[in-house]
Amino acid sequence: MTELSKLTIADARDALRKGDVTAVELTNACLTEIEGADALGAFVHKTPEIALEQAAAADARIKAGDAPDMCGIPLGIKDLFCTKGVPSQAASGILEGFKPEYESTVTQNLWNSGSIMLGKLNMDEFAMGSSNETSVYGNAVNPWKIDDRLLTPGGSSGGSAAAVAADLCLAATGTDTGGSIRQPAAFTGIVGLKPTYGRCSRWGVVAFASSLDQAGPMTKTVRDAAIMLQTMASHDPKDSTSVEFPLPDLEAALTGDIKGKKIGIPREYRVDGMPAEIEAQWQEGAEMLRAAGAEIVDISLPHTKYALPAYYVIAPAEASSNLARYDGVRYGHRAQLAQGDGIVQMYEKTRAEGFGHEVQRRVMVGTYVLSAGFYDAYYNRARKVRTLIKQDFEQAFAAGIDAILTPATPSSAFGLGEMSEADPVEMYLMDVFTVTVNMAGLPGISVPTKMSQEGLPMGLQLIGKPWGEDELLNTAYALENAAGFVSKPAKWW
Amino acid sequence: MSIDIDTARRVAHLARIAVNEDDLPALADEFNAILGFVEQLNEVDVDGVEPMTSVTPMRLKRRVDEVTDGNQQDKVLKNAPDAREGFFAVPKVVE
Repeated sequence: MTELSKLTIADARDALRKGDVTAVELTNACLTEIEGADALGAFVHKTPEIALEQAAAADARIKAGDAPDMCGIPLGIKDLFCTKGVPSQAASGILEGFKPEYESTVTQNLWNSGSIMLGKLNMDEFAMGSSNETSVYGNAVNPWKIDDRLLTPGGSSGGSAAAVAADLCLAATGTDTGGSIRQPAAFTGIVGLKPTYGRCSRWGVVAFASSLDQAGPMTKTVRDAAIMLQTMASHDPKDSTSVEFPLPDLEAALTGDIKGKKIGIPREYRVDGMPAEIEAQWQEGAEMLRAAGAEIVDISLPHTKYALPAYYVIAPAEASSNLARYDGVRYGHRAQLAQGDGIVQMYEKTRAEGFGHEVQRRVMVGTYVLSAGFYDAYYNRARKVRTLIKQDFEQAFAAGIDAILTPATPSSAFGLGEMSEADPVEMYLMDVFTVTVNMAGLPGISVPTKMSQEGLPMGLQLIGKPWGEDELLNTAYALENAAGFVSKPAKWW
Repeated sequence: MSIDIDTARRVAHLARIAVNEDDLPALADEFNAILGFVEQLNEVDVDGVEPMTSVTPMRLKRRVDEVTDGNQQDKVLKNAPDAREGFFAVPKVVE
């Protein structure tokens, strides 16, 4: 019955309701796949007992006729989400042993609807990375392979992407601060949706950069992303930035009809050194949408090139503030102290031992740009540039653009370790097409549309209007239908 | 703006992260690579532009200033590396 883990959420929901399959069967199929997939490094804390308990409860609920869409669906949860009584470490050594006494709002929404937790998923430490190589658990590995090399699944939600692409679970939660849902989705041939900032509660999600962080679904299809976001999103009094705007019925919005929609193609996303293959994929994507009845319009987003440098001021600044809480006092790791060490030595040793290199680097950069004398030159300037980036999008939408089509990533998946000697900025460039969306707080989705010549999946990104997830998903659905991407990685693990 | 070893040492201390003297030159180089990349923001004309405070144009919600939670000392202390007699314990702070 291991084929069951390959199901989409939509198909599993229908099969569960018809009684063709039980949640316990689905869960066992996933647990079997997970047991055989340690080589992928995706699941870092497995929770089979919780899963089977939740599955039994879901079956009872389905039997009673009270079954929300996500009831009985086995999921993987990114380690960034606090899950009660289950290790939640943000893939960091500094949260070694931390078991929250509370549940994040997003995961609580999923459990309330009857979803099943299979375990916690690997990621870059504190979501800082684009290759899942900064995790205290070790690398997550891409199930796609073209030679002897092990490839990155992308990051930071690398474990989530690997788990969904390898059919270890039906779907997974991710979070996205600069591209951490969309880039790994593109690298693994799955769908990844970052909702509008404020759509999902951030409560109980370990904070990286609070003004940019947003949770979202990572799924096998656009329809599944619609179904899963419907349950993840909610207004939450515990997150003052979560909104009360009503969320329309997202699945009902998937008509595939995009006639007359205006799709913008921003010229600034044609960056130097972009592989010809990605340029061609982008044009093919535009043609698919045109063939489906949309109008393709060249647009300009003039401040695009400044999004990444502004991000690398704002995100580290917020991180340095958010991560100040890891001091060895309230939770997680505390360093062994030498005779005579005081509280400052305790902080400094604890943080040196607990944080990995990339996290330390970003906390220190953030400390620097916020320090006296540099605050205006760096932090305030970056916030002003952020205003201009958002205005670029506002002007495009005001001119009648309904959605914007761009490549998702500047390359397909690369080998683990291949970037280890690179300058940190080279890795940061992985987020060049995705980071603008976080800066402007917009919804963005990565959809796989084709295979590269060397045999790796490639994704395109669609960017929507704020609070327009219904329309964005429908455009993505039209693109998915036209592209007909069905490739799956051959099992080697 | 170039970061020297003294600045790197000072930033590490401000961030409360112990860094070995031997590691400071490499750290300063990394800071310079990142800040060099960020330098391009100086090309942008930001005169008269308001710095963004909230990406969503909404006023943060308010509520009555009253206690809504509490009485869970055991849960609060549950994950502490050193908790004693209902408190978080740390090395001596006051001489």
